[in-house]
Amino acid sequence: MNARNRRFWDREIETLKRRALEQLQLKRLQDTVRRVAKRVPFYEQKFAESGLKPGAIRSVADLHRLPFTTSADLRATYPAGMVATPDKVMRLHTSSGTTGKPKAIFFSRRDIDNSAELIARSLIMTGTTDEDVLQNMMTYGLFTGALVMHYGAEKIGMLVIPAGPGNSEKQLLLMQDFRSTVFHTTPSYALYFADFLEKHGIDPRQHLALRKGFVGAEPYTEETRRKIEQAYGIDIYNSYGLSEMNGPGVAFECEHKDGMHLWEDHFLMEIVDPKTSEPVPDGRPGELVLTTLCREAMPILRYRTRDITAILPEPCTCGRTHRRIQRITGRSDDMLIVRGVNLYPQQIERVLMGIPELGRNYLIELEGLDEMTVKVELGEGSFTGKVEQLVSLQNHVIERLRAEILTKPKVELVAPGSLPASEGKAKRVIDHRKL
Amino acid sequence: MNAVKLVTVFGENRLGWMARITRALADAGVNIRWVTIATSGAFGVIKLLVDKSNDAVRALQKEGFPVSLLDVLAVEVADKPGALHSITELLAKHRINVENSSGFVTQTHQKAVLLLEITDLDHAREALTKHGLHLLSQEEVLVI
Repeated sequence: MNARNRRFWDREIETLKRRALEQLQLKRLQDTVRRVAKRVPFYEQKFAESGLKPGAIRSVADLHRLPFTTSADLRATYPAGMVATPDKVMRLHTSSGTTGKPKAIFFSRRDIDNSAELIARSLIMTGTTDEDVLQNMMTYGLFTGALVMHYGAEKIGMLVIPAGPGNSEKQLLLMQDFRSTVFHTTPSYALYFADFLEKHGIDPRQHLALRKGFVGAEPYTEETRRKIEQAYGIDIYNSYGLSEMNGPGVAFECEHKDGMHLWEDHFLMEIVDPKTSEPVPDGRPGELVLTTLCREAMPILRYRTRDITAILPEPCTCGRTHRRIQRITGRSDDMLIVRGVNLYPQQIERVLMGIPELGRNYLIELEGLDEMTVKVELGEGSFTGKVEQLVSLQNHVIERLRAEILTKPKVELVAPGSLPASEGKAKRVIDHRKL
Repeated sequence: MNAVKLVTVFGENRLGWMARITRALADAGVNIRWVTIATSGAFGVIKLLVDKSNDAVRALQKEGFPVSLLDVLAVEVADKPGALHSITELLAKHRINVENSSGFVTQTHQKAVLLLEITDLDHAREALTKHGLHLLSQEEVLVI
């Protein structure tokens, strides 16, 4: 298949008129509801409790009558309590649980095909072609991140290097010898690897063939994107997904890099207030709630993702009719409450990344009775040898943080490279509070 | 131009930090003639007058320390009452603000050296030399 100069993977569905798209959503929603009511005891019981008949869903607006599904529900039904088609399951993935049991996610053959299809759409949307060489630096295994991307990239016909994460020497070797043109990784590893290249005297613009990067699996800020883009001299596209909904490819940025198109023929999205569960108007931040529309093995209704985002309702100039969501600005789980103020670590990151004298790594430490200390590395080359300069930089950081998070943290400047830069999901918060 | 280069190193208030710096310099065969530390809470700046400043910078950078070179004026003064005062008065008269200063005696009861960190080095140099004071060059300061 020739994917060169292709603007769309599936033009018809990607540019489907809103009305037709909504009709398709309704039909698929009704199918899904009927199937889970019959085949998944968890939903059967929920419907019985609320007296809801599957036939009562007559429009997408009736969605709010359906029950929410939470990650606690997925853990409670572990290992296989949510499966609708036990005879058709072909693959198991789990979603990283930080505590207790993981969430088990089952795929049928059709689910695997669909997840690859959405990646194919997503990659073509960024201008990638079948001539590209993908270095897939995500974790292969129980985590969906690498395998789903792998299948989607193969579907387009590009060469896929299943490098897996970490081992920077090997990543560099593969990148040089096989002339990788695109990579898929987490923002923290992208930054870590950029440092590694710099230390080894590799200038990606001169010595590597990279032209694009797909970065996801952790929330990150626009400033972090810019830092990664500058470090490699390439375009970085934000990718959103979660194992409960296939993994990556739920939403992806197009060439314009201005919000992520969420594939609405496969997922119904809602934004709700995390506390009250009431709907939030378009453009306002809230928790993303997703309903699978095409899932065969394990359909999920109104899944509380705990990811904070907002719907961008304006049409995109790329021509796709699937609405965009803002980059994830936090997890409702990550929310810290310091001295009575709600804040997300990403707010702190956004401030730090916007100050050019600072480096890439930071750590938020919470201690004692609600004392917050933000440790941040000095940028390479921003040390002038004057203690006054350090003090004024420190004060500047404190003031900028206070303006953003409305509470005054302590700030400590540390030497570049002295804070841990994780190769996987970065640990940015240490909470020692004894509250 | 008679200015003296100090090697400045970023310092975190952590156990063993200073030892890592002095080890790196000793291993590089750098002789430390004089040292001072300016701190502010959890961090500070270590300033060193060394015989081989380029070697020192390279050795410290290799160890991952943020390093910078700082130009200061080294004024030779008499080691007697009122010597420092004559200089501060002179600088005040010319409205020259000193950001940081430190000094050391080179010959007891005879000579001392005063190091001055000043933003406008040229202005200060002019004022001091006009007044007959000797500013030491890097070479001179290293042989005393």
